[in-house]
Amino acid sequence: MGFMERLIPHWGVHPDDRKRPAADAPVRRMPMPTRLYVPLLQHIGAPARPIVLVGQHVFKGQLLAEPQGMVSAAIHAPTSGTVVAIGEIVAPHPSGLPLVAVTIEADGEDRWADLVGCNDPFALDPQEIARRVAKAGVVGMGGATFPSAVKLAGGLRAKISTLIANGGECEPYLSCDDRLMRDRAADIVDGIRIVLHATGAREALVGIEDNKPEAIAAMQQVAAAFPEVRVRPVPTRYPMGSDRQLIMELTGCEVPADSRAFDVGILVHNVGTLAAVRAAIRFGQPLVSRLVTLNGGALRAPGNIEVPIGALAEEVIAFANGFKETPARLVLGGPMMGIQLPHARVPVVKSTSGILALTAAEAAGQNLRGPEPCIRCGSCVRACPVGLLPLEMARRIASADFSGAVDFGLKDCIACGCCAYVCPARIPLVQYFNHTKGELAALERAKLRAEATKKLVAARAERIERETREKAETAARRKADRDAAKKAAAAAAAAAAPSEETAA
Amino acid sequence: MNPISAGDVIASPHAHGGGSVCMTMRRVMFALTPATLFGLWLFGWPAINLFVISLGSCLLFELISQLLMGKSPTLGDGSALLTGWLLALTLPPWAPWWTGVVGGFIAIVIGKQVFGGLGQNLFNPAMVARVALLVSFPVVMTQWVAPQPLGSPAAPGFVESVRITLTAPPLPDAVASASLLGHAKTEQSRGVDLVKAFASPTAPVTSPVGLRAGSLGESASLLLLAGGLYLLFVKVIGWQTPLAVLAGIAVPAAIAHGLDPTHYLGVGAHLLSGAAILGAFFIATDYVTSPNTAAGQLIFGLGVGLLTWIIRTWGGYPEGMAFAVLLMNALAPVIDRYLKPRILGRRRDGRELEPAQS
Ligand code: SF4
Ligand code: SF4
Repeated sequence: MGFMERLIPHWGVHPDDRKRPAADAPVRRMPMPTRLYVPLLQHIGAPARPIVLVGQHVFKGQLLAEPQGMVSAAIHAPTSGTVVAIGEIVAPHPSGLPLVAVTIEADGEDRWADLVGCNDPFALDPQEIARRVAKAGVVGMGGATFPSAVKLAGGLRAKISTLIANGGECEPYLSCDDRLMRDRAADIVDGIRIVLHATGAREALVGIEDNKPEAIAAMQQVAAAFPEVRVRPVPTRYPMGSDRQLIMELTGCEVPADSRAFDVGILVHNVGTLAAVRAAIRFGQPLVSRLVTLNGGALRAPGNIEVPIGALAEEVIAFANGFKETPARLVLGGPMMGIQLPHARVPVVKSTSGILALTAAEAAGQNLRGPEPCIRCGSCVRACPVGLLPLEMARRIASADFSGAVDFGLKDCIACGCCAYVCPARIPLVQYFNHTKGELAALERAKLRAEATKKLVAARAERIERETREKAETAARRKADRDAAKKAAAAAAAAAAPSEETAA
Repeated sequence: MNPISAGDVIASPHAHGGGSVCMTMRRVMFALTPATLFGLWLFGWPAINLFVISLGSCLLFELISQLLMGKSPTLGDGSALLTGWLLALTLPPWAPWWTGVVGGFIAIVIGKQVFGGLGQNLFNPAMVARVALLVSFPVVMTQWVAPQPLGSPAAPGFVESVRITLTAPPLPDAVASASLLGHAKTEQSRGVDLVKAFASPTAPVTSPVGLRAGSLGESASLLLLAGGLYLLFVKVIGWQTPLAVLAGIAVPAAIAHGLDPTHYLGVGAHLLSGAAILGAFFIATDYVTSPNTAAGQLIFGLGVGLLTWIIRTWGGYPEGMAFAVLLMNALAPVIDRYLKPRILGRRRDGRELEPAQS
């Protein structure tokens, strides 16, 4: 951190990055586990709908479940084998709630299905590229897991001008993107050029934090041949890899709070996603494996491992020679935004950038005696990359004044964790914020439900009323008919009577 | 067996910068240490007694109030100790024992605990105590002594010092001294202009090193400055508040002195006497009672500085730092309300930015 950084406060924090030595270790490929557990929801949006049956044999890369709805992503078999179950497993999610997954027993052959690639992606229609990316089930691999095809199509529609390749990787401990840029820079740049073609963007900026000089050099070397692709080192500061912050740093453009990046003509893709897009277009390969950083003081052999989607975290750890000491905390993702795992029997999914086994010293944070009172030091205010007042939001939440917290901008909070990281009182600010956002969402849902119920009730009441009315009307009509008939009969009788009388 | 017990899920982040309330307080105390040691040396045993009594009273009152309210004591966070420390530094060095005790009571019980404890108080506890003492006991609170360094022939020994602390005998003429600001005020009220007032050889002088009469810990300006810079460096405080306070004093002082040196003290006299440096770096920067944003701190600091200068120049008291801090404390919540940081992607009023095509 330079002198000027000390003088002029910036958003964000400078956590100890702890990326090495894991980042410098060569990538290892994990052998295929015997069973893979492939969740149907590995993305933002609706879960995919399974199209295979239990007992069915599948090839590697074969479609297991197809997207349903506007925002969803296809799921493919990570190896060849037999579908042995479609049902609930423990999800890689802090709730520990079960999630539906397809369980595959590997046949050991790892045979690919027939894949359709393309030698000249630049001859493809942009829309066709988005279609093929959708078919390959590519989602944002930096953690957002937004279906990439939806983003590509959106970018094309919005006529974006700039693609940002996000190689920030600002989370400490993680180095899968770093490794990918060092080892497969050409693939990433190819992916960048394909996405430029698919969206009509004129230029691409590759943002890489300057704590990754090897990755910067590798990317620069490849990008030198393509003037439209520019590698731009950015200062190392968490959360530089967050979309809005990176866009701001690279282009000076501030994305309006309730808009998306393409409203300002920008599309952001993680470098891992770009490599996956390239594999999907060039070789027709769906996203069935990914690079996962295994790191943390409790591990024997930290490093990056190529892991098939659906392998259990437990197996990945075992492959890397297991634990050196009992970890105090297991985390999926990075330490700043990752989620704590209750145990390691959860599958690796498309967004799993890292599995961390932290020692007690590394995971230190929460005060054992509970948080101290806020001393209003303002550290959280200076750290917040969004410009919020975490202390004020927390104070409102502590007194159950949720709408007060919203007035202070709770909904703009990106849960980056900077505030809690710096808080000397060790108040679990992010926990407060996430909890409140959850409560508010639940309230919102309850309100919608109540409204829906109210509508239903109203509709029912109206129906019943209409029915009774109709019944009454029918009855009245019938009665009227009957009366009329009676009258007619009476009249007829009366008319007949005299004659009868006369007859009598 | 799985080594991880499925206990409560802990929310992110799973890392922490390592700071703690206690460490922050310790750093502030560390920064105060040189100037404090200097003050204790300069004014000898009576000052040491007073210092110990102030700190002890604050700790004791903190403990008692927390026990009475059924809270678990938090003496370990160091905040009560720091309050006592700051209070002691602003007392006349030979003040009697009860100023420390009464001051401790006012600071901790009235200034802090009745508001709800750490982080809840509106006013700086040490300044509340100091002002309350000054207003209630103006004579005792303005009784300055000339420096009597430990080991110098005139300095009272320990036994003598206990007598001074316990009984507060009237100071002998050889010991009593005026502070520079006090001298200026008295002379001016007698109609003597400042140039003449400071021409006499017995007039108080400014001394960056701190060999001058004044409160227990405010005299060693350079040592206080060093401590303040240390706090800046370790980022316990930002530069905004101290700079603004000093500017708030220095700018009007320079202008007024330039226009009329017979009625207005110069910049040096203002900054190097009284509590200017102590106040700028250690008192106006109090987290709880000052604004949370950089812009807010600038305004707050300027206010403190300016009010200090105004009170010193035209007010009834020779020193105005404590009053100025309290007045601005009252404004801090207002400043915070109006100077919220701008949220990314929003205008100041909270509405969304207009999208600008890149
Ligand atoms: S978690 Fe939210 S409030 Fe805290 S620093 Fe990040 S954006 Fe700001
Ligand atoms: S960092 Fe923690 S103690 Fe400091 S103001 Fe924010 S919430 Fe309060």
